[in-house]
Amino acid sequence: MSALLNVQNVSKSFRGLRAVTDVSFEIDPGAIVALIGPNGAGKTTIFNMVAGALAADSGAILFEDRPIRGLRPDEVCTLGIGRTFQIVKPFAGLSVLDNVVVGALKRCTRVNEARRIAATILETLGLGHKHDVPASSLTPTDRKKLEVARALATRPRLLLLDEVMAGLRPKECDDLVATFREINQRESITILLIEHVMRAVMALAEKIIVLHHGEVIAQGTPGQVVKEPAVLECYLGEETEI
Amino acid sequence: MNRRANRLLAALGAVLLVLPAVADNYLLSIVTLFLFFAYAGQAWNIMMGFAGQLSLGHSLYLGVGGYAAGALYFHFGIGPWAGLWLAIMICALSGAAIGALAFRYGVSGVYFTLLTIAFAEFTRVGFDHFAWVGGSGGMFLKVAERDQIDLLNLRGTPAMFYYVILGLAAAAFALSGWLLRSRAGYYWQAIRENEDAAQALGINTFHWKILAITISSAMTAIAGVFSAFYYGNLFPEQIFNMSRSIEIMLGPIIGGIGTLFGPILGAALLTLVAESTTEVVAALGWETPGIKQLIYGIVLFVVIVLLPHGVWPALARKLKVTK
Repeated sequence: MSALLNVQNVSKSFRGLRAVTDVSFEIDPGAIVALIGPNGAGKTTIFNMVAGALAADSGAILFEDRPIRGLRPDEVCTLGIGRTFQIVKPFAGLSVLDNVVVGALKRCTRVNEARRIAATILETLGLGHKHDVPASSLTPTDRKKLEVARALATRPRLLLLDEVMAGLRPKECDDLVATFREINQRESITILLIEHVMRAVMALAEKIIVLHHGEVIAQGTPGQVVKEPAVLECYLGEETEI
Repeated sequence: MNRRANRLLAALGAVLLVLPAVADNYLLSIVTLFLFFAYAGQAWNIMMGFAGQLSLGHSLYLGVGGYAAGALYFHFGIGPWAGLWLAIMICALSGAAIGALAFRYGVSGVYFTLLTIAFAEFTRVGFDHFAWVGGSGGMFLKVAERDQIDLLNLRGTPAMFYYVILGLAAAAFALSGWLLRSRAGYYWQAIRENEDAAQALGINTFHWKILAITISSAMTAIAGVFSAFYYGNLFPEQIFNMSRSIEIMLGPIIGGIGTLFGPILGAALLTLVAESTTEVVAALGWETPGIKQLIYGIVLFVVIVLLPHGVWPALARKLKVTK
């Protein structure tokens, strides 16, 4: 089986600052993969390049064997990649339901049907009772869920989640982990998540990719990755003799 | 929209329908002006209120539309119902071209607004020197007997003009309502609220923004045709003037940007304020030049400070009807 997403030797610089250097990884269909690393490691930059928000300087990005490097965000979404934003971008003036309807209209042009689909998705994420509330009045936690609901409404085959667990209480985090598992299994949506909350990463990911200074320093199962000296070094610092 | 809103709308419609039977020509001319701005405001509101693209150059479409149909009538005797289509076509194409130019090269926000002003301004200057349509001296359309109705050439009584603009305003309202509830309405509002997020949800923002400006400019072209035949004359300095663009957008701004009733309510309030100021100033005998404009400005200022989202959203809450 070929990979769903194939990132090959991708690099990106911002005015001479190398944000991502020669990064390669693959994501198998149906997998849940976590992208971790310290702040500034280049995780969101990689996300933005996959989602079409940033153009890679070099390398190739293949989704279902189709090159997507250089496509616009809406084209990438149309092909089947949904994303959330690390800094949430709700349609603040619209109701919660209407926010999700906008996403649902990607796959069905009838507004009534889109409203039904949106309502079902809001139910899945536990926002079912907040249909008519303006998105601007949601709590930060609910705004994160709304980001996920909107992205899911576009019926992606690959879902990119950018730090949706940040700032959640442990209980909320566990609930969301369960929701993502369900989405992954029931609807066979592949998930790539950027996450700092290790509780969620360890519970969800079957594969972890570790980035540091824009380079992949380790990838493998959670068990393998936590034993890698390079990973320990970047998170905890070098061992020193006292 | 709920039943209460429908009833309100029906009442307003009934009053407007029978008005010519009871009103004198002066009152009719004022209500005609109100309906004209309600119509044009609705057109502008599709672009700014729905899709979030601020145009300060809608006088361009007013002028080009008016001149297109006016010139056909003036030179070839072709009536406005045919000229209308030429006006719509030219304005829709101009709107789409300006949009394509701006959005393709990422011109957005205030820079896009500046571009809309620039196009209206250089078209004004161009028409000042366009001898075929009279240049800066203006173009005058043949006046018919005011008591004869020639609907085909849109020449006739004030009541005829009144019913034409009433029909247009009602149609614009219905079209806006339909658009707002359609896929286009959802997409435009998404673009207005957050363009990056809209694009991430698979919306080709370029395509939908072009659609908004095209519909808006085509509708404004019709306002231009009406204006040309109603007044019977066209001057570049008037119809392309930036103050026209501002007049068009004041209604929706005061009434409530992005709402369906806002442009209508705003136009009504502004007409009311302008007329009552005239009356009051005349009654008090204040002959100071500019006093009317000063009072008008103060009223606008107070409304915007007290109700920054416009009058309609606040009124809708009071009346318990949906926005």
